[in-house]
Amino acid sequence: MQDLAAAAADHGVQPLLRADGLTKRFGALTACDHIRFEIQPGEVHALLGENGAGKSTLVKMLYGALEPDEGQIVWNGQPVRIGSPAEARRLGIGMVFQHFSLFEALSVAENIALALPHLPRRTLADTISRVSKSYGLPLDPRSTVADLSVGERQRVEIVRCLLQEPRLIIMDEPTSVLTPQEVDLLFVTLRRLSSEGVAILYITHRLSEVLALANHATILRRGKVVETADPAQETAGSLARMMVGSEVLGIERPPAVTGTRKPRLVLSNLSLSAEGQFGTPLSGIDLTVNAGEVVGIAGVAGNGQQEFFDAVSGERTAATDQAILIDGVQVGRRGVNARRKLGAAFVPEERMGHGAVSNFRLSENVILTRHATDNEVARGGFLHRRIARDVEERVGERYDVRRSTADPKAGSLSGGNLQKFVVGREIDRSPGVLVVSQPTWGVDAGAARTIRSALVDLARGGAAVLVISQDLDEIFEIADRIAVLSEGRLSTLYPAESLTMERIGLLMGGIHGEQAGEDAPAALKDSSHAS
Amino acid sequence: MSVLSPVIAIVMTLILGAVLFTALGVNPAQALYVYFVEPVTQLWSLEELVVKAAPLALIAIGLALCYRANVWNIGAEGQFTAGAIFGSAIPILLPDWDSWMVLPLMLILGVIGGMLYAAIPAILKNRFGANEILTSLMLSYIALLVLDWLVRGPWRDPGSFNFPQSVTFSDAATLPLLVSDGRLHVGVLFAVLAALIAAIRLSFSVQGFAIEVAGNAPRAARFSGFSQKRITLSVFLISGGLAGLAGICEVSGVLNQLRPEISPGYGFAAIIVAFLGRLNPLAILLAALLLALSYIGGEGAQAELAVSSTVTRLFQGFLLLMILGCDTLIAYKIRLVTSRSHASGEAARG
Repeated sequence: MQDLAAAAADHGVQPLLRADGLTKRFGALTACDHIRFEIQPGEVHALLGENGAGKSTLVKMLYGALEPDEGQIVWNGQPVRIGSPAEARRLGIGMVFQHFSLFEALSVAENIALALPHLPRRTLADTISRVSKSYGLPLDPRSTVADLSVGERQRVEIVRCLLQEPRLIIMDEPTSVLTPQEVDLLFVTLRRLSSEGVAILYITHRLSEVLALANHATILRRGKVVETADPAQETAGSLARMMVGSEVLGIERPPAVTGTRKPRLVLSNLSLSAEGQFGTPLSGIDLTVNAGEVVGIAGVAGNGQQEFFDAVSGERTAATDQAILIDGVQVGRRGVNARRKLGAAFVPEERMGHGAVSNFRLSENVILTRHATDNEVARGGFLHRRIARDVEERVGERYDVRRSTADPKAGSLSGGNLQKFVVGREIDRSPGVLVVSQPTWGVDAGAARTIRSALVDLARGGAAVLVISQDLDEIFEIADRIAVLSEGRLSTLYPAESLTMERIGLLMGGIHGEQAGEDAPAALKDSSHAS
Repeated sequence: MSVLSPVIAIVMTLILGAVLFTALGVNPAQALYVYFVEPVTQLWSLEELVVKAAPLALIAIGLALCYRANVWNIGAEGQFTAGAIFGSAIPILLPDWDSWMVLPLMLILGVIGGMLYAAIPAILKNRFGANEILTSLMLSYIALLVLDWLVRGPWRDPGSFNFPQSVTFSDAATLPLLVSDGRLHVGVLFAVLAALIAAIRLSFSVQGFAIEVAGNAPRAARFSGFSQKRITLSVFLISGGLAGLAGICEVSGVLNQLRPEISPGYGFAAIIVAFLGRLNPLAILLAALLLALSYIGGEGAQAELAVSSTVTRLFQGFLLLMILGCDTLIAYKIRLVTSRSHASGEAARG
């Protein structure tokens, strides 16, 4: 760190922001431990780390949402106390959140006016058009947010941030919801901002993005800065080693069983109405998942994934019985437990409140998906909690679910641990058909590897595994065949080897016509994102 | 801490009560003694305590099931009344029928009456998404007015000198007493039985589990294969049935006839009982005794201190307010927010 500061002094440049020993403790856990780093004006600074490394906590302190226990923030050479996000914005620090904070029923201009009440209302729409166009983020101020794609929603957030004329923009995993093409467009904008002297603090765990974009990287592990790196001198592998602290292994994926291919899950002409006002209806979906293979469904969130999962799991039933076959049995109009009885198992995207009840103990969460199918857990309408506890113990050990006490409440587990439990709970049933949505969402690299290997092993053991995921790297890592869900329609299935990132990206975003079309080819050319 | 919440609430209610009595010009120590101690010093009033606690407990057990499932049945008063009307049809329309079958039939009719009446808000909610708080509450007033009309009109005792009341029930239609004299009727046993069954089923049955899941996470309930609508209907039916049973027991065991006023607000006071008992069926038995105490103490205070009977309701209101307040303040922290920092609330999500 010293040499960095010295280098800055040499050039006579004052760092825009300096974090000086920032520390934040939550009970016994030190989320951030004497963090030091600097951001120069116009720099793209990557903050890299696994889940739970302390990235979000650090950023919340910089944005005034959390108060540090120790240490200080130096802004333009002046020590400052940032008591609230409003103060951060006054200083010139803007933030684009990972999950959007937009009102779907309001227009783009209304959403921006809500967050920035001091801007003149009359000229706001024009300002939005002008600013958004000049940064290559075209937006129609009058369009309703609900009608926008996820990439466009992110533009709204970015434009809202730009209108405050920030000198530092913090972006929390901005690409996690974008297609590869949208990522390239975003990078063009970020480089342009950086050339204008705006500093960007870019939080991610995607190494390729760091290599493509950042001038500097600070790597966090368990709340500490373990390394600062110049991405130009590094490779994805060396960054990964710094981030995890050891070699990251890929998972072993034996080839899919060929020869007799027994279809275990068949969808034919499956349609379903949209859930809620802003859902996406499914139309005419055909899909066959065979024994022994993993099928990946790629696609950007909000293209009908929720409806697709609900339809396959039976949480919402289809119009006809023939629409869904599990091992040859027609189940289209039968509920989730009828399907479980045929050997199917399901893991929804949302762990808390859907896949598990946070107020319930883990053993009670075992009962949640087994009360109708497991004669030992529930017989004659009565529960056998001791047996549920045995299952909890078994799943916990097998999938390395770290628990503070015996049989804790689901809510006390970290996201990654709970995800291991929720996936393990279903695999423990030895299902013939497993449908998983976002299996490693918000899970650290080690846990993700455990989960992905378990899914592949299950398939190679003769089960049909269907994975719905937004993470293309994940899909390529585990899927034998891939289809893309876009606007409620499913593409044909392609063998994984025959697809590239680019091709998938076009399938993901291709149907959705947007103004981005003209910029896209240019953006693609200077892209270094595609792996 | 949340276990202590009812205790804190009771202490705060007593303090507020003392302030209230001081304001009314009554010696607070004496008043609190009359309210909360005197009733437990005599045998007859202890017996009366149990008689009044029984309907409160029966109703509150049903309400606890509803509230655990996140279904807000506020209309127990109406379901209580409907049960009383249904069950009373036999002794009023067939006053000369003398058979061992009369009483069981009355009880069954009472349960059915309560269930049917509770089914209305449940069906309205399931079919049309109507808010059950509003519908069940409004239906209460309809039931009370129907009762009023019946005892002034078609069901009025011709020999009552125009008093709005029905004929007095025959012996065959009267709940037997537990002890040879006094008012302790067998309906009290129903409350204890209901508490035991509810406690066991909540902890060990799949249906009890379904109620807990539905109340905690509706999405997870759907994922678990439980139908939200079925749960809504079933908890309404159970609580309506229990309230109806309480209604017919009150009429058959205590009043022995229908009158315009058969309940001193049991259906509403039971909401307080349910929360004071932490929605736990066994603890509800104790909570019901405490609320019954406030009724009897109130009668005593009217006679001895000449304070208005509305003071009892005030007390009950204080108690509910304090419990809900304690629960909220134990779980949440108060932070004053000015309009300026409010605009930055978006960041609090992170």
